[in-house]
Amino acid sequence: MIPFIAQASADGLQVEPHWYMALAAVLFTIGAAGLLLRRNALVMFMSIELMLNAVNLTFVAVDSGLGSLEGQISVLFVMVVAAAEVTVGLAIIAAVFRRRATASVDELSGLKG
Amino acid sequence: MDVLIFLIVALPLAGFLGLLFFGERIGEPGAGYIASATVGLSFVLAAISAVDFFQGSEHGRTIELFEWIPSLGLNATFLWDPLSAMMTLVVTGVGALIHIYSIGYMHGDPRYGRFFTYLNLFITSMLLLVLGANFGILFVGWELVGLSSYLLISFWFEKPSAAAAGKKAFVVNRIGDFGFLIGLMLIFAKFGSLDFAHVFEAIHENAAIISVGTATAITLLLLVGAAGKSAQLPLYVWLPDAMEGPTPVSALIHAATMVTAGVYMVARTGLLFELAPVSQGVVATVGALTALFAATIAIGQRDIKRVLAYSTISQLGYMFMGVGVLGLVGGVFHLVTHAFFKALLFLGAGSVIHAMAGEQDMDKMGGLRKKIPVTYWTMFIAWLAISGIFPLSGFWSKDEILAIVFNRGGGYVVLWAIGLVTAGLTAFYMSRMMFLTFWGAPRWDEGVTPHESPPSMTLPLVALAGLSAVGGLINTPWKPTLEHFLEPAFELVHQSHLPAAGTQWVLAIVSVGVGIAGILIAYRRYVTRDTQLETGGRWDTLLAGYHVDDIYGRTIVAPGKAAADTLAFTADAKVVDGAVNGLGGLVKRAGAMLSKLQTGLVRSYGVGILTGVVAVLVWLLVAGGAF
Repeated sequence: MIPFIAQASADGLQVEPHWYMALAAVLFTIGAAGLLLRRNALVMFMSIELMLNAVNLTFVAVDSGLGSLEGQISVLFVMVVAAAEVTVGLAIIAAVFRRRATASVDELSGLKG
Repeated sequence: MDVLIFLIVALPLAGFLGLLFFGERIGEPGAGYIASATVGLSFVLAAISAVDFFQGSEHGRTIELFEWIPSLGLNATFLWDPLSAMMTLVVTGVGALIHIYSIGYMHGDPRYGRFFTYLNLFITSMLLLVLGANFGILFVGWELVGLSSYLLISFWFEKPSAAAAGKKAFVVNRIGDFGFLIGLMLIFAKFGSLDFAHVFEAIHENAAIISVGTATAITLLLLVGAAGKSAQLPLYVWLPDAMEGPTPVSALIHAATMVTAGVYMVARTGLLFELAPVSQGVVATVGALTALFAATIAIGQRDIKRVLAYSTISQLGYMFMGVGVLGLVGGVFHLVTHAFFKALLFLGAGSVIHAMAGEQDMDKMGGLRKKIPVTYWTMFIAWLAISGIFPLSGFWSKDEILAIVFNRGGGYVVLWAIGLVTAGLTAFYMSRMMFLTFWGAPRWDEGVTPHESPPSMTLPLVALAGLSAVGGLINTPWKPTLEHFLEPAFELVHQSHLPAAGTQWVLAIVSVGVGIAGILIAYRRYVTRDTQLETGGRWDTLLAGYHVDDIYGRTIVAPGKAAADTLAFTADAKVVDGAVNGLGGLVKRAGAMLSKLQTGLVRSYGVGILTGVVAVLVWLLVAGGAF
């Protein structure tokens, strides 16, 4: 194991908490960048999922450090809501694709001011 | 029996409501029969209920129906006293005859049912007016009468002139009603009640409760209302135009009933006028001037109904003279006899118009005497009655008023002289109308074949002719039945009295002489010399009624319209609408600018959100002291 990431303890190998945060930040940034840079609605969707899970990761990591449960419960909620959201979102994307034969969000600009 | 009094009003009301919903379906002639029956029954009930007054066994009572406006202490209460009984009998009696007449007159009209609906509404309103035991009910009736009058004048609303006449009547009446309403508010402020009984008792107990100034103000405001409804100077202009309505309407509203509302109101509030000598003078002067003014205009009219319209205004002037000098019985007496003979004249004129196939211009008449004898002879009686020829009804009532005015002395003698001159003019213009219509050679349009009207029209004429002939006998100097009858209603008022018998004789002979002179002058001019309808010069001025309509048009209507235009097209369109539109425009421009942000590019929104999040985070960190 790389020593500056994890260190040995009585319970076995332990990862330093700030690395979880770093990973979450990286995941979130990748997600945000994907959201801003990609045109395909499906890919944007996946990016959003990535951002959500980055947040989930911070919740769990911080929670385990504090030894509380609220954050972990929140994660369950986020996952449930995300699952529901994916269902609806995918349905919308499928419907849009059938109608417009495209999933590019730049072409879906009907509400342009 | 109280329920009878209630039914007197309820019957025409039921007729109105029934016809309102089913009138068109019932149609001709059922609607006419129903309407006539309700009014006729009301008359019978009123006559039964009035018997006690004739026997002198009752002095009047109130019938409370329900609490109306408790905060003002106003209840829906009827007053059944001799004065309201008298008015009820006239309204329902003459009204029933005119309803019957209308059955024939309105034959074939496409809105036959509607006409009788309105007639019943009118009778209901008028009964409310005369039976109300407080100024509140009186005012409700007052306004409803104005409404029904509007509906009936503009009954043939396809004619623009009829629609305009209805509107004019309504607007002019509103001016009067405005004064009337302020007068009522003053009464309420002063007495804390609008109940006749309460107000009059308060004055009776202590006349000092109200200062002469206040009493004068109240009575003058009431006079404004009365002048509007009873077509006195300067608010008389609506009545001649009201002739655009069907003739029975002219007879019912503009001769027999509605226009007498003002006279009734002044008589009813006689006690207030007693406290305000100035107002008495004003009322009597307005009456005298109106009488003379309208009589001169009547001389120059060509339209048979307009002659009668101006004649009505003139005769109402007499009534105002009567009630103005506190000859309340005299005023009411003339109201009654006038209702008989003027209704008869109007219905007769309607019969003439019917015979001439709608022609109203006297220039196209002449020689109708033999063709429509029933109409001629009944109108003959009315003609002599209004001219004040002994012993017909007009003689008694007109002379009573003139004698009372004369007996008042002082400046009132001038008013008496005006009344006397007017009597001569009245005889002249009525004779002119009769001679031009019935005498001489026919001047009919081609194709017109005059024919007598159906019995449903002539029978009311005959009935009214009988009343016009003998109606004056209800109050002669020797047997003042009406005076005794009305005594309980006027017991609190110190009425003016007739002069001594000798003076009365002289005055009566003088006025009959003047009347006969008027007839003879007309006879020489229109029969002996066979003068045709005059035109040109002064006659045109008279025909146009001294151009009063034009003067009002220029001095009141035109500035009013200009002011309305200014308000509508400057104040409203520019200022008010401008402010609203300006605000709207501002929002619109702001929206247009802001909507540029909505690019339709989802990813640009993402940038926005992200920037926002970062900004908030930075702010939190800075505010939190992280840096």
